[in-house]
Amino acid sequence: MPRREIIENNRSFSWITEKVCGIVEGRTPLWWWLGFILAGMMASFTLMGLIYLVSTGVGVWGLKSPIMWGWAIVNFVFWIGIGHAGTLISAILCLLRQKWRTSINRAAEAMTIFAVACAGIFPLFHVGRVWFGWWLTPFHYYQAVWPNFRSPLEWDVFAVSTYGTVSVLFWYMGMIPDLATIRDRCQMVFEKRLDEATTGFQKTFEKSYYVFRKYFYGLLSMGWRGSNRHWSNYEMAYLLLAGLSTPLVLSVHTVVSFDFAVANLPGWHTTIFPPYFVAGAIFSGFGMVLTLMLPLRALFGLQDLITQYHIDCMCKICLGTGSMVGYAYGMEFFIAWYSANPYEGFAFINRAFGQYAWAYWIMISCNVISPHFFWFKKVRSSLWFVWILSIFINVGMWFERFVITVTSLANDFLPSSWDYYSPTMVDIFTFFGTFGLFSVLFLLFIRFLPLLAFGEIKAVSKAADVHGDHH
Amino acid sequence: MSKPYGILALFDTVPSVYEAAKSVRDAGYQKWDVYTPFPVHGLDAAMGLKRSKVPVFTFIGGFTGFWTGMFIAWFMGFFNYPLIVGGKPYASFIFPFPVAYELTILLAAFGTLGGMFLLNRLPMHYHPVMNYEKFRHLTDDKFAIVIETEDGNYDEAATKLLLEGLNPLEISYIAAEEGEA
Repeated sequence: MPRREIIENNRSFSWITEKVCGIVEGRTPLWWWLGFILAGMMASFTLMGLIYLVSTGVGVWGLKSPIMWGWAIVNFVFWIGIGHAGTLISAILCLLRQKWRTSINRAAEAMTIFAVACAGIFPLFHVGRVWFGWWLTPFHYYQAVWPNFRSPLEWDVFAVSTYGTVSVLFWYMGMIPDLATIRDRCQMVFEKRLDEATTGFQKTFEKSYYVFRKYFYGLLSMGWRGSNRHWSNYEMAYLLLAGLSTPLVLSVHTVVSFDFAVANLPGWHTTIFPPYFVAGAIFSGFGMVLTLMLPLRALFGLQDLITQYHIDCMCKICLGTGSMVGYAYGMEFFIAWYSANPYEGFAFINRAFGQYAWAYWIMISCNVISPHFFWFKKVRSSLWFVWILSIFINVGMWFERFVITVTSLANDFLPSSWDYYSPTMVDIFTFFGTFGLFSVLFLLFIRFLPLLAFGEIKAVSKAADVHGDHH
Repeated sequence: MSKPYGILALFDTVPSVYEAAKSVRDAGYQKWDVYTPFPVHGLDAAMGLKRSKVPVFTFIGGFTGFWTGMFIAWFMGFFNYPLIVGGKPYASFIFPFPVAYELTILLAAFGTLGGMFLLNRLPMHYHPVMNYEKFRHLTDDKFAIVIETEDGNYDEAATKLLLEGLNPLEISYIAAEEGEA
């Protein structure tokens, strides 16, 4: 059986370059400006929410005993989880030699970095006095007390900051050859655009834009020139970074799950948490990749590079990880019953039938039922349906974190302290705004950096084989 | 014109540059290079390149990271300021493991990227090969072999003859200084 083509219609190298570079070299489309303004307005909600929080106190977040971890930790885990698809695609699929990853890895890595940035806001401001946030790092403070390395929260500081940093390194290194291509095309693009300019103002604009682009891409591409002696080291470094990111991506959500699993609270204190959180993170991340890539593919006409095969693969990963999440939900109930621990048993019955049952059933229907539509080829090729299902996955995974965090806290060991937690307007505004912040960053990425890793796409096309097209 | 940097042969397809690289390697040249817009698998062997040394830097980074993590947890929680937390031990290999693990990956990643830059002598914002008028295509859709005039085997007539025999699209001299033709 012949291998499936990753790039359709047998496109040439120059066609691929032209297609992807055209996105950053062409004029800014109107929808980009509208989207950017809208996203900026949305992002201001986070800014206002945080200003209000800092000037008033962390109590504005609706946190009261016994629920001291509300939306802040829910949103943190939600955004960090979304970030996991990027590293999974770039690292694990690279090691598994899944060549289809090349069309989506760049955008997914960008998504990772922006998602981690959104995630970081919540725990940072949850500490209350955010100007003391640097106390989380091991610096010698004036009172000579160091951080407590026995706390999972301190492990989380290291895990998340390492994750953010290594993701940026990986993303940037992958981009260097593509940035060099854009750099080398600057002159040509400038000449073409200058010819089209009619008024004096337009000519001046084109000239200054050329200077900006020349230095921006020139500095970022580090003088890359495509030498094979460089490629040899580069490929080795890329493979090593993939090898390093694989245990990293698995460890980050493991450590995030330790925030819960190390606490002695029914519903949290379980050994299934690390693998269950990692599977959930990948599930939500692929949901978000689908949510973002399907519109981009249509807007920029990338159907030959992001093909139905790519969408099929992503849907199948959603199906696989979604089934793992569903299995974990079932196993939690089984162990709660099998352990014969009354507190553990109560925590799970309470989740499904207690005061937060509505959230639990939203979670179940979004996470357990919706991915199973992906069994059907007809569903996977109906892009509107795939897109709507991907939204359901995003919603369901947010509710998963809400259910885990809030139900266990609200009904703890002492019935006299039980309470019902509701978010305040400030919670809602701050979370809503992070979608704006994410969109602002992602739109800037689309506008200035290569959206697809076209160097890698060329390397997996048929014409890149040293023995010719015919094997 | 002063002595050029090197002589360049331009190729259109991957198989042609791959076969050409093998011929140049067998002719015994040392100071030469192949320019490709993407990594071509098998070209390292065709050029006779040795395995990359980047893993050495990765190991140094990872080793440093792991022991930094273990050391800071021991130093801060046991040696410098013994902090009593729930009767747990002051020092252990178990609880600082997540921190040491993350620092291993962090410093190994920096070592990898830094090692790649160091071995490639990057950033280098200017290189004679960028003087080639079709350099733009070398990061887009064309491939080139450049033999430096500094190479011991370089001979103006013989080297040109060798490259011409490899069916390139064109042969061109690369100026050593910017602005020369």
